[in-house]
Parts: sequence; C-alpha cells; structure tokens
Amino acid sequence: MPEENPTASAETSKRLDRREFFAKLGLGSLSIAAAGTMVFAYQFLSPNVLYEPSPIVNAGKPEGYPEDSVTLDVNSAIYLIHTKEGYFALSAICTHLGCMTAWKPELGIIACPCHGSKFTREGQKTDGPAPRPLPWLRTWVSDDGDLMVDRSTDIRPMQFVRI
Amino acid sequence: MAKTISNYFDELRSTRVWRSVFRSGTGSSTLHRALAVQQNVFLHLFSTKVRRRMVSFSTTWYLGTLTFGTFLILVITGILLMLYYHPSVPQAYADTKDLQFVVSSGMFLRNLHRWSAHAMVFLVFAHMFKVFYRGAYRPPREFNWVIGVILLLITLLLSYTGYLLPWDQLAFWAITVGSNIASAVPFFGNRVHFLMLGGNQVNANALLRFYVLHCVILPLAAILFIAVHFWRIRKDGGLYSHQSEPKTIAAQAGQATAALAKDSQ
Repeated sequence: MPEENPTASAETSKRLDRREFFAKLGLGSLSIAAAGTMVFAYQFLSPNVLYEPSPIVNAGKPEGYPEDSVTLDVNSAIYLIHTKEGYFALSAICTHLGCMTAWKPELGIIACPCHGSKFTREGQKTDGPAPRPLPWLRTWVSDDGDLMVDRSTDIRPMQFVRI
Repeated sequence: MAKTISNYFDELRSTRVWRSVFRSGTGSSTLHRALAVQQNVFLHLFSTKVRRRMVSFSTTWYLGTLTFGTFLILVITGILLMLYYHPSVPQAYADTKDLQFVVSSGMFLRNLHRWSAHAMVFLVFAHMFKVFYRGAYRPPREFNWVIGVILLLITLLLSYTGYLLPWDQLAFWAITVGSNIASAVPFFGNRVHFLMLGGNQVNANALLRFYVLHCVILPLAAILFIAVHFWRIRKDGGLYSHQSEPKTIAAQAGQATAALAKDSQ
C-alpha cells in the first residue's frame, strides 16, 4: 500500500498502543486470577466433611417419658415433652444467641440462663430478647418403637406424636 | 586511673564488631545521637529528635508505650504457653489445667498472659481517650487515628479468639454466643458463622481456627499496624502537644476543624 491515508495516525492515537494494551491485558488477567483466588479461598475455608454428631437422635422408648413431663437431654440439646395430646420434641437452643435453655419445673417455663429469655412448654416466647419461639423438631417412632428426633428439621408447632 | 563503667562502655562501642553492628559509633554529639536513632532498624521508625517536653510523663502518660509493653509481654508469655498447649479437643482443657497445676511457672505465665491481656484492652482505651480529649487525632494525624482504630479491633479480636483456647464452659458458651452474633449479619450471616467456626457448632475446627488466628494471623497483623502506627507519629510531625505545635500546622488544624464544624451544621 503505497499511499497511507493521513487519518490513520489520528486513528491509531485513539486506539490502544501496544504498551497500554499489554498493561490492560496484564491487569485484567490479574483481576481474574484474584477473583479466582477468592473463590478458592472461600471453598478452602468451608469444610466439605464435618465430624459433628448426627442431627438424628434416638431418644429411646416413649415409655421412658411419663405423661406431663419435660425431659432435657443436654448432649443433644433437645426437650422431649409428653403431654395429654402426645409427644413432641423442642430444640433447647435459645433462638437469641444459642445458649442452652433449662426447664424450670417450679415455674412451668423454659428459661435461658444467658440473657433471660423465657418460653412456655410449647416453645412460645413470653419474655426476653429471643426473636423466635423454640422450634419444634421432626419427631417420629422408628420401626423398633424408639422415639426419633431430627434436629435439623423444624416443623410447625402443635404437631404431636400420638402412640 | 581507675576506669569507670562508662569508660568500658565507650571502649566497647569503639570496637570493630560494635562499629559493624551500630555504624554510628562513639560520641554524644547531636549528630551521633541522631545517627544512632536513624541507623537502627527499630528506632528509625521514630523521630531522631524530640523536644524534652514531648517525652515527659504528663504529655502522653506513656499510654501508647505501656500498651506496646503489654503487647510484648503477651507475645513472650504466649509463645511460652504454646510450648505446652495442644489446640485439640479435649486435650486443650487438660493442657490448660496442666499449665495451671503441673508445669513449673505455668500458673505465673498463664496469669501474666491473662492480666496483660486485660491491661492491654484497658490501656488501648485509655490511650484513645487521652488522644481524643487532647485533640491529637486532628489533621495531620487523622490517618494515624484510623490505624489506631484498626489496632483496637485487632486487640479485641485477639482477646476474643484467646477466650476460646482454655476450652472450658466459659470459653465454649462465650464463643457460642459471640459467633451467633456474627450470624445476625444480613444475607450472609450464617455463612460468616460457618466459616468462622469451620462448622455449625463450636467444635474441634473452631478451636483450631481460633488458635491459628490468635497465635499467627492476628499477632502478625498487629505487628504490621503497630509499625505503621509508630512510623506515622514521625511522619505526622511528632507527638502532639498543643503548645509546641508549629504555627502552620496548628493553623491548618484549626481550619480543618472549622471546616468540619461548618460541614456538620
């Protein structure tokens, strides 16, 4: 091409020169690498296998829980409650900041020692900072006749297990 | 003629080995003293010259220096405690009890670590109150105040992570409550909680994570920001004293505060 058009130099000045192109390419690659590193870091920091106790708890035979009783199992942090309507399981973990609550038989309430939340036997909050009632946990009777509780599954309240 | 101790010291300072380490050499001229500060990797963070008034007790009550002193005590006692402590369940609790009742001087070191930690938090706040009420946070020192706030957060995080390590009931429930506060963050609170504990409960992963944070990550961050904090004192015109402030800086500070006051109206 013998005649270079005179507008070419003006166009090239608008276009990226080589130095700027490589600088932007480098910066772009570094940003992508940084974003990838963030993803890997997040994945690395979240464990894929947890050596935590199973959420499903075998609470034993229903006969172990007399009528009108509230039984706290401190290891699994659940209440097994037997009322006239039937059995149900309540999480003993306070919905405020995760302390373990305790049943106060003399007052007939569940109370949290950390910040003073109080709940009825059915988990309804009556006092204190807890934002939600104590959740009811899925409860069923196994083939062997044991009461089973799934601590990872909340159910709507007032669903009693009748035997 | 009998030699005094300072004669011996002068002799030592003129030896070849001493001169190779401390290049400033002997002599007590202003230049030599300035060089002694400027040519030392630790001291060069500080000003080569200060007014006598600035290093008097009443100017600062030495609160920043005392805070740094407690930090040094914590580093030394902490490293010694690490020699007998395994961050695993349930060994951590047994090791803490061993430190208390079996290891020679273990009780002393553990208590020194604990009381220094309490003192450090107290001194950090005292230092901040002193800086705040004297107005030493104002320009040109505003960025050093920000670094100070970062150091406050690091101090509190060090206290928090150290709280779990004895692995007793107090530790367990304090971290349960504290980590549940993190899950109150909107949208990704539960994820923060999970990453912090390395699981859903305060358990072996949480203990190990808090141990690494307490013994490696947070102390390194603290040392980094402490270095910048000290260096900025020099860069921002030395320690603050209202009387000894150069007129131009005092005027700038006055203008800046006036402008701020105007903005906030």
